Amino acid sequence: MATKRQEIRTRTENVEQGRDRQNGRSPAGLKNGNAEKLARGLGWFSIGLGLAEVLAPRAVAKIAGVDDEDTRLIRLFGLREIASGVGIFMQGEHPTEAIFSRVAGDALDIASLVKAFTSSKSSKGRVAFATANVLAVTALDVLCAYQLSKDGTGGTQVRKSIIINSSPEELYEFWHNFENLPTFMKHLESVRVTGEGRSHWIARAPAGGTVKWDAEVTDDRPNELIAWRSLEGSDVENVGSVRFERAPGGRGTIVKVEVEYSPPGGALGSLVAKLFGEEPEQQISDDLRCLKQVMEVGEVVVSDGTIWDNALLTQRPPQPVPGEEMSKSQSATS
Amino acid sequence: MRANCWYGKKDVRVEQVPDPKILNKRDAIVKISSTAICGSDLHLYNHFIPTMEKGDILGHEFMGEVVEVGPEVKDRKVGDRVVVSFPISCGNCFFCKQEMYSLCENSNPNAWMAEKMFGHSPCGIYGYSHLTGGYAGGQAEYARVPFADVGTLKVPDGMPDEQVLFLSDIFPTGYMGAEMCDIKQGDTIAIWGCGPVGQFSIRSAFMLGAERVIAIDYVPERLAMAEAGGAETINYEEQDTYETLMEMTGGRGPDACIDDVGMEAFGGHGIGYVYDRAKQALGAETDRPIALREAIMACRNGGTVSVIGVYGGFIDKFPMGSVMNRSLTIRTGQCHVQRYWGKLLERIERGDIDPGFVITHRMRLDDAPEGFDIFANKEDNCIKVVMKP
Repeated sequence: MATKRQEIRTRTENVEQGRDRQNGRSPAGLKNGNAEKLARGLGWFSIGLGLAEVLAPRAVAKIAGVDDEDTRLIRLFGLREIASGVGIFMQGEHPTEAIFSRVAGDALDIASLVKAFTSSKSSKGRVAFATANVLAVTALDVLCAYQLSKDGTGGTQVRKSIIINSSPEELYEFWHNFENLPTFMKHLESVRVTGEGRSHWIARAPAGGTVKWDAEVTDDRPNELIAWRSLEGSDVENVGSVRFERAPGGRGTIVKVEVEYSPPGGALGSLVAKLFGEEPEQQISDDLRCLKQVMEVGEVVVSDGTIWDNALLTQRPPQPVPGEEMSKSQSATS
Repeated sequence: MRANCWYGKKDVRVEQVPDPKILNKRDAIVKISSTAICGSDLHLYNHFIPTMEKGDILGHEFMGEVVEVGPEVKDRKVGDRVVVSFPISCGNCFFCKQEMYSLCENSNPNAWMAEKMFGHSPCGIYGYSHLTGGYAGGQAEYARVPFADVGTLKVPDGMPDEQVLFLSDIFPTGYMGAEMCDIKQGDTIAIWGCGPVGQFSIRSAFMLGAERVIAIDYVPERLAMAEAGGAETINYEEQDTYETLMEMTGGRGPDACIDDVGMEAFGGHGIGYVYDRAKQALGAETDRPIALREAIMACRNGGTVSVIGVYGGFIDKFPMGSVMNRSLTIRTGQCHVQRYWGKLLERIERGDIDPGFVITHRMRLDDAPEGFDIFANKEDNCIKVVMKP
């Protein structure tokens, strides 16, 4: 068994190294360094332009050739720019959404400039020059947003950990039987082992759909670590690992999960998922809490309010569940 | 079954709802014989706590008879007469194993909400918003009791409900408030708030060896009840609390102070929101946040301030300089009921105390809306309401 696992590991490491060479990526992740640098540049640009618009709206109006009688709108645009800029820096390594907010802002700018073009009070030449500039920046924003969101598994990266009153041995054994995973991962419908180190996953997606993928184990160190990656043709491309570290003082095990995945539909899909209350970071953290419950008390603990889901959006009032709804929920969870 | 449901600010209604069922293997269903309205229910009633949904069943102080048990309930059986603890605790986690039951890591399925507000989540609580789990409460005919072996205390058949009901919350809560003072023989303890929990702190402080207890409030019947329990009293509407305490203790101050008041300021969405709500409460309920500041300022050097009154978010103008420069200890917590209720039941059996003394109103469950109204407004000399389904 150990040698087979070893083989798998060596094979996948080779695969990984090959991929890294091809794409010029660091082995640690699937990040897109250039897009991030560009995002940062755009962030500073947003803040600079925003400050100029807020502090010196008349000068900005003059340069852009637009009517400078009403500076309130320019100041508002300035605040929007600053918010986008700050958003880029606050979103950390993957400011995809903040960049999308810039693209939306560019659209507004262009619309305003087009309107200014038809106004008698504006200087046509300067407006045309400003529009050309905005179009150039828009192109950069779109490029950056595209790079950040398209990049394979580089879409969303989540890291979570939890301390559980069980030994690394117990936890490894439980997790290693992948068919156990749906007992604590609410979004998983089923996991079926299809062969040595291979499994087929079905998960519930927002708005009642399902997504499917096949995965293979890429690293497997007994009582220590399990790593996996999705195979060609997956609905959700993903790479992940779980580590089991003995906690100090005999206080159980620290379980650390790292998942990197590209949500279907890229960044836009991820935004839609968030609107449905499906925040990946929160999901993984909830799943780990449920794992803790399964290990420490034997099953996932439910309340009347959380019997189906624990997203606030879908929570029902804590009253006992009527009989007919009850059977529905049981069939959904069994 | 009938249950008292929350519908909004100062709007509770007794309605017909489905009967509870076993949802987890360690659950029991209890047929409720007595249930009370807690001072902390008023935070919900006045809508100071976020994450309430219309239809939520209230109530976390209740007792009754076990009528059904899940397959993994070991030490309780149908027919047992039990009191239910307000903290829902698994008994297996890091905190439960240290008898810190109100910090149970497994009993709040909505822990993520509490984490956003507090950094970490406390345990689940019956009928106390979705932030603490979204569990149906006990102002009803029946209730589902998770982790029944940990969350119920068997009580002898001979003892009337009124003697043991308050083991569910207010007696252990008042007791823990006093216990956290680490009382030494001869100590003087000052207690802010003479509501039901304050009354139990007064009696517990004497049980634990205090020589003097000074109780502070403004409601005459509550001060009279405190005096009946052996406390000296300060009516802060008539006397300056700090000055009076200094005069009574020769300028040194009480050895420990208990805040049995808390602050009716809860809020949910980020620091700004919670801060504003706290400020609102400052305007609306002037005595409440002032209690903690006063307790800190009055406490003797090197003394202990025990905070058992409920706080929800952030407070304004906290006298940290006084705490630090004078070596004060601050101790706090939601009560770890299951740590205390066994030995407190023994005290009741021995006749040291009859907790029924706090009850001023006995009603039917159907009268819950009226009970909330008079309790919230301190009408009709109301101190504690107990209801029978």
